[in-house]
Amino acid sequence: MRFLKGLLTTAAVVSLAGAALAEGELHIYNWGNYTNPELVKKFEEKHDVKVTIDDYDSNETMLAKVRAGNPGFDIVVPTDYTVKIMIDEGLLAETKPSEMANFKNVDPKWVDVYFDEGRNYTVPWQWGTTTFAVDTAVYDGDINTYAILLEPPEALVDKINMQPDMYEVMNAALRYLGKPLCNGNPEDLKAAYELLQTAKPKWRTIEYGMIQPLVSGDIAASQGWNGATMRAREQKPTIKYAYPKEGFSAWMDNVAVLKDAPNMENAKLFQDFIMDPENAALISDFAKYANGIKGSEAFLPAEFIAAPEITIPEGAPTPVFVPLCPKEVQDKYSQIWTNLLK
Amino acid sequence: MSDAAQSLSGADSDPIKRVAAAQARVARRGFRARWGLVAPALVIIGFFGIGPLLITVVYSFLEAATYGGVIWNFSTDAYVQFLFERDIFDETLHFSWAYPQIFLRSILLALVTTVFCLLVGFPTAYFMATRPPNQRTLWLFLITLPFWTNLLIRTYAMFIILRDDGLVNNTMIWLGIIPDPLRIIHTDFAVCLGLMYSFLPFMVLPLYAALEKMDFRLVEAGYDLYADRWKVLRRIVIPLAKPGIVAGCILVFIPSIGAYVTPLLLGGGKELMIGNLIALQFGNARDWPFGSAAALILMIMVLVSLLYYVRSTGAKAGLGHG
Amino acid sequence: MADSALPTLKRRRSLDLKRQGGFASIAFFCVAFLYAPILVLIVYSFNGTRSTAHLEGFSFQWYAAAFANDDMQHAAWISLQVAVVATILATIIATCAALVTTRTRPWRGMTGSYMVVNMPLMVPEIVTAIATLIFFALISKALGVQIGIAKLMIAHTVFCIPFAYMPIRARLEDMDKTLEQAAADLYATPWKAFRRVTLPLLSPGITAGAMLSFVVSFDDFTISQFLAGPGETTLPIYIYASIRRGITPEINAMSSLILVASIVLVTLSFLVSRARR
Repeated sequence: MRFLKGLLTTAAVVSLAGAALAEGELHIYNWGNYTNPELVKKFEEKHDVKVTIDDYDSNETMLAKVRAGNPGFDIVVPTDYTVKIMIDEGLLAETKPSEMANFKNVDPKWVDVYFDEGRNYTVPWQWGTTTFAVDTAVYDGDINTYAILLEPPEALVDKINMQPDMYEVMNAALRYLGKPLCNGNPEDLKAAYELLQTAKPKWRTIEYGMIQPLVSGDIAASQGWNGATMRAREQKPTIKYAYPKEGFSAWMDNVAVLKDAPNMENAKLFQDFIMDPENAALISDFAKYANGIKGSEAFLPAEFIAAPEITIPEGAPTPVFVPLCPKEVQDKYSQIWTNLLK
Repeated sequence: MSDAAQSLSGADSDPIKRVAAAQARVARRGFRARWGLVAPALVIIGFFGIGPLLITVVYSFLEAATYGGVIWNFSTDAYVQFLFERDIFDETLHFSWAYPQIFLRSILLALVTTVFCLLVGFPTAYFMATRPPNQRTLWLFLITLPFWTNLLIRTYAMFIILRDDGLVNNTMIWLGIIPDPLRIIHTDFAVCLGLMYSFLPFMVLPLYAALEKMDFRLVEAGYDLYADRWKVLRRIVIPLAKPGIVAGCILVFIPSIGAYVTPLLLGGGKELMIGNLIALQFGNARDWPFGSAAALILMIMVLVSLLYYVRSTGAKAGLGHG
Repeated sequence: MADSALPTLKRRRSLDLKRQGGFASIAFFCVAFLYAPILVLIVYSFNGTRSTAHLEGFSFQWYAAAFANDDMQHAAWISLQVAVVATILATIIATCAALVTTRTRPWRGMTGSYMVVNMPLMVPEIVTAIATLIFFALISKALGVQIGIAKLMIAHTVFCIPFAYMPIRARLEDMDKTLEQAAADLYATPWKAFRRVTLPLLSPGITAGAMLSFVVSFDDFTISQFLAGPGETTLPIYIYASIRRGITPEINAMSSLILVASIVLVTLSFLVSRARR
């Protein structure tokens, strides 16, 4: 017992000592496996700050924790629609990145976004699109349509994975039917539900882990993100990312500072830091998604820039951000989703 | 000592009164000891367990806010939603089997898991309990050691074994038992296997604790009375191991109803279990009151069956062991 | 009955009487079943490629990566701290509670106490997680201080108590009172009787309870995820959060290392207890 206490005390002292060596601290709360350690080290050395990174696996978890009362985080990285929620609820600090030194590097098309017009609160971290990946060795026809997932060809039946995200699945169905998104129209919803019902037996799984199953061959087509697909393609070159002609969504993760952040100044320094093209390149290089800073291409490998997952081919529709739908529509989606999965 | 002196010099030397006073003292001490010992458990669980529980109850009677969280308006929508749903077209309420079905499936799966755990766990615990004393702790560690790795990793390893292209299928094909791979993964059977794997020590350890103290002279007596193995097992060993069986079943059944990771990883996610359903409400579906209500309904179901069991065995125990 | 006329017959029987047909084979099957995934895990930690599903080549790269991964090591360390504290507290509290709710005549509040002790078992984890988060936030706001890692330790203790309680109770129920009564007859105080008679008799149950408690705490994800503050990420949180981005065999390597460390620890304690005897 005494040994144990001694062990714990030593550990505590050592960890405290470690913290005391730096000028200041920064507590980042980010998605898991999403922050380049090199980026962190560079920031720590430049500003003499000790950085801690903690992980979450969904916006809702992070939001619940911040809403309940910030346990000490400075920086969070919410997705676009969550940024809007947090700004509306007064959870973010208005750090005015638009007035920071490196702001000139932000690509103009990402400045006036629906969730943070003029960028008064957040800085782009990474952005990507969500469609699906297909193993062309199994099916080599035209993959640029949601029919692959919803009315699949024979070769792909029982080898399809969907994301366990009811919005992505509903959006795929609605787009395929040519109906508007955030749809509360009963007729449209019924059609979408029936389509999904007939498609479901042809799916194999509904989960997020798509890289492994694609590479190992358990799955031949999977709903997923562009960066994840690139990582899968690195291991299995026949995997191709689709750009469905019916339309598809984009999303953007942004770096935001919490309102009662204990290390406000260091947090602002971090926001400024990542708007530098060279640092933005570090971010992209790690998780394999595009960032929102122009000039970072100079620091990224050419095959990354040219990759089909990063550069949207000519003729493909423009991706759109999809804001959150009104409550009644959310409830209806929820009902459909539960009935689909019961 | 002072008590005795007091009572001697005290009011009456009436023996009946003295005995009564002594008995009252013992009773009070017993009362203090009882409540004193159980108090830490009650306090810590009461405060940190029941506090959050109350929050859950309160939340289940509120309205859901659009972006997660709650609005402080009283509403029984969450409970209504459990059994009824609104038709998409005419907004009328009609009875829906969706949620009860999810509940029933999870409960059934948990029951099957518990039974399998018992069938495998009982012999294992018995075997462990009958090893020579110096070996027993070793066996205890042997059984628990796999569980000092992370559940997710273990379940993923199980996934690798059960895949179409995995160990089990490849071995069976190599042995010539089956021509094509069997679909094991992404079925209820795989989920059951996975749950059994996660919860086996929860069955084995309480059983072991109960069996280890069993007096084998009783078993010997049974054999002396010409009973065969089965009868001895049925009428001597199992009744004596009953507390262990009860404890093990409770520790396996209840957590497996609310299991989350295993059904997701091994079941494929095409069918919701209670754990996934409730987690969904606090996630994507943004309906905290419904999540709270579903959790409470589950709890009440479990509580009622637990209570029923405790009452029935409590009475029998009082009669059986005098 | 135990006369010398039939010693061989009796001896043969007493070897047999503990055996039940097929039980040994089931036990060995059980161990095989438990360890098969562990072996797979260890084998894949030496995988030459970054796949966690296909074996190609042999390499130590993942162990090197695990040693270099400070975040993962820190997470493992936090998990260990929380699990040890929670196990110790939960086992002590559970023992007290078990002593008082078993083997006695029913007293008022006994069933109620039993229900309360087992309450954390019954609430689905996600609900406990969110409700406890809100609860601690309220306390924080009321007291004006940040609670830190104690949040995790307290929450873990709470849900570990039922897991420690059940095996101890199973052990205690029907435990013969005569030994303790004998101790009392020999003028032992209740405390002494407890320490030298009850506790040793109870120790398999307490060990079982402590082990279950540790396992449950070390593996916990949902509750920890919602309560962890900065620098308090536990190992399960780290692993789960990496899943969406793709698991690498690095995690297998870390798990194998933890396993090896546990084996070393267990062997050491075994040797120590043997030496003491």
